[in-house]
Amino acid sequence: MSDALTTRHTRRAFISGAGALVISLSTPASSSGQAPLTDGAMKRPSFTPSQLDSWLSIDEAGDVTCFFGKIDVAQGLDVAVRLIVAEELDVAFERIRVLMGNSATTINHGGATSDSGVREGGALMRITAAEARMLLLEMASRKLNSPVSSLRVSNGVVTVAADPSRAISYAELIGGRYFNAQLHWNKKFGRDLEVSGTAKPKPPSEYKIVGTPTVRTDISPKVMGKFEYVSDVRLPGMLHGRMVRPSIAGAVPVNVDESSLKEIAGARVVWIKNFLGVVAEKEWDAVRAAEALKVTWSDSNPGFPPQEKLHDHIRSSKVVKREYTSNVGSVEAAIKEAQAQKLRVVEAEYEWPFQSHASLGPACAVANATKDHVTIYTASQKPYDARIGIAELLGREMRDVTTIWIAGSGSYGRNDAGDCSADAAVLSNAVGKPVRVQYSRAEATAWDPKGSASIQRVRAAFDESGKVVAYDFMTKGFSLRDMPPWERKAANTLAGHLLGFKLEPIQAFGIPNDSYRFQHKRIGWETIPPLLDRASPLRTAHLRATASPMCHFASEQFTDELALVAQSDPVRFRLQYLTDPRDHELLKQTAEKFGWDDRIGPNPGQGGRELMRGRGVAVAQKEGTCVAVFVEVEVSKSTGRVRPVRYTVGHDCGLIINPRGLQQVLECQTVWATSRALCEEVTFDANMVTSRDWTTYPTIDMNLVPEKIDFVLINRPELPAAGAGEHAARVVAAALANAVFDATAVRIRSAPLSPERVKTALGRV
Amino acid sequence: MAKSYSISVDEVNRTLEVDDPNMPLLYVLRDELGMNNPRFGCGLGQCGACTVHIDGQPTRSCVTPLSAISSSKITTLAGIGSANAPHPLQSAWIVEEASQCGYCLNGFLMTGVALLKSSPSPTEMEIKTAVENIKCRCGTHLAVVRAIKRASQMMVGDVK
Repeated sequence: MSDALTTRHTRRAFISGAGALVISLSTPASSSGQAPLTDGAMKRPSFTPSQLDSWLSIDEAGDVTCFFGKIDVAQGLDVAVRLIVAEELDVAFERIRVLMGNSATTINHGGATSDSGVREGGALMRITAAEARMLLLEMASRKLNSPVSSLRVSNGVVTVAADPSRAISYAELIGGRYFNAQLHWNKKFGRDLEVSGTAKPKPPSEYKIVGTPTVRTDISPKVMGKFEYVSDVRLPGMLHGRMVRPSIAGAVPVNVDESSLKEIAGARVVWIKNFLGVVAEKEWDAVRAAEALKVTWSDSNPGFPPQEKLHDHIRSSKVVKREYTSNVGSVEAAIKEAQAQKLRVVEAEYEWPFQSHASLGPACAVANATKDHVTIYTASQKPYDARIGIAELLGREMRDVTTIWIAGSGSYGRNDAGDCSADAAVLSNAVGKPVRVQYSRAEATAWDPKGSASIQRVRAAFDESGKVVAYDFMTKGFSLRDMPPWERKAANTLAGHLLGFKLEPIQAFGIPNDSYRFQHKRIGWETIPPLLDRASPLRTAHLRATASPMCHFASEQFTDELALVAQSDPVRFRLQYLTDPRDHELLKQTAEKFGWDDRIGPNPGQGGRELMRGRGVAVAQKEGTCVAVFVEVEVSKSTGRVRPVRYTVGHDCGLIINPRGLQQVLECQTVWATSRALCEEVTFDANMVTSRDWTTYPTIDMNLVPEKIDFVLINRPELPAAGAGEHAARVVAAALANAVFDATAVRIRSAPLSPERVKTALGRV
Repeated sequence: MAKSYSISVDEVNRTLEVDDPNMPLLYVLRDELGMNNPRFGCGLGQCGACTVHIDGQPTRSCVTPLSAISSSKITTLAGIGSANAPHPLQSAWIVEEASQCGYCLNGFLMTGVALLKSSPSPTEMEIKTAVENIKCRCGTHLAVVRAIKRASQMMVGDVK
């Protein structure tokens, strides 16, 4: 590795170095004499997952482009992908770029979902990069007339180890041409897609690039005002559109007075069935027109229950579907037996509200529907699915629709972006011009798909020795997929609802994995009918971490409740029932870093104080990632305000690709989840959602953020790299609630832990 | 009836014709002048994503009508520094990785720049108070405070 060519290069150094290497090309071809003058195909092979070129290309300068089938919801995923590919290919990180989410140039690997970016997307890129490296080494072997085993690669230059003067670059081997190499593909798209090659990726013990703390590269253009979001797409002749929505949910337009827009030059109405919007040349005119338009709406009586009765409504609603995700032993019999023997049986019930994505930037999309083709610029997390849904929505063939993902405001699940791209498509299709739609604040908060409201009922029974022998967990709420979150059906968008497409809700709640072992264990969920089935502002879809925050808000509080009954410390009690050694190690290490001391029951001596201090913990494991979140809180007796003072977040996601990026992602999601736990609750009255802006849907601000967040990051190179985008967020609410109990000796089983709710609960005792 | 306006944006004089004198400055900058920042977040002056400086004062452009700013000097994010000559707060932001999506950062940066001008060594409490009415939904709040602190140290010469 002493050759100057194998050390880090600037582009110029690399190119000038490569020039000198041309000499080596004149060495005779391999002994077979059959090596072609150039490898690779000049013509692009078909764009299918089974072609290596669909995933990765190397240009004439030796720079690498990855065609990534997921998208980055502002977590710095591109950095992780670049590190993985840099490692496998032995090319400098700086020379790799990642293209994502363009249905014409990247394969549908599912978009962003369930923090699968590294776990699935990164794993796939590792396979394809390893395959490319193997093929490049085979080409180099022929060109250099030296066996593959004799070759080394550094920053895209292959050398004969014993004679570094014999060298050839990736650029010379394949630059600007195509591998035309087959991968094995399982013939599926989306998250089910799998490909495999014949190359073996590097063993983690050889990693030199993966694991290097690496800074994101998107911050600089963002702070210089140079970064282009989807809201910055401007097409020639583009109009601006806005939707017109009713003040009573379920109402549809019966009469529209277009003359009410006569003062606004160029503004016009698009009214198709129940779909109603306006377009204008200037955005401000579209905003004004949407407000000015006189509409007669149909009578509607959505009959939403009173906000304070929402959870009673859930309790009394008929069950549409019930499913058990775990059913070990015989829970009912064990609990009955414990009751008969007068042993301890503990029961509790918890409540979680509707929550909004309330993305900072209301969704924006630009659609250009021409006679022959439709192009949608969208920030949807599911651009590939959106293509399918929009084709159905407009009655076009899928091949005639292209979706191009461009970053928008941060999104954490199926937010309003999917609806906005469909609206823009319908408007553009109607007026025959490109249309940009950016939603209003009220559309982003009141009309986005909601995170489901639910209740959780938990029971457990102890035996004579004080051990938990039976555990029964049931969650009941609105389906997480009342409006399926994938946008691959027209009916999965508001536009589809308004245009009369057949609704196909999916009954699903799902339960996060449970980490504890009990002799008898039953875990299940029940879904109830939606409050309003079509075009509802309370329609439910995926919000980050889906079922986990509410289920763990219950289950991990209940674990503390059991620990107290068992007269055990919350950490000690968890260690008694956790089965996976990874959970044990993480919990112990994080407890130590936090400074947890073994103690039973609430923090003594807090009762008389105005500011009561407490500590809490919650743990979970899912899809290969273990988390342990510890928090210290301060609770104001007079105001009920809960302020997290500090967190210690323990995280084990197997192999860590970018420790620096991991820490950023964990810090941000901890704050984000704190907002959900302490502040966020969608309000509504009988007719409509009343959370419409930042006053009526408060979220976290500087006054509620912790003073610091510490981390325990366990790296396990022997395990696959699992996800990190939402796991800590799953248990933050539970850790906070446990800390509030520790501080106040009052158990609060309803989220959010808002000042009003906490103050009321404190006043009850 | 279109009326002609002349405004100074990032030290460049711009003339434009607008029908509605109530058009908020946000739409003037984005739609009339084709600028990519500030950004639309709420249209209510609640979130800060549209923040610009008007004569050096952080102002929410989404609720500031064009008619109110005729003779004023407007500075946007792109006008406070560039990749070649960044404002210390822009440099600190990159080092601290104080953004995820970055949609909110007009509010934090424009307010932070004004804070550092009036109070070069702000306390943590002063920083939090200055930016408490700016919304971020990614949870970058701690990094924002770190970035403003770092910029302050850079400006008083403690850190390069």
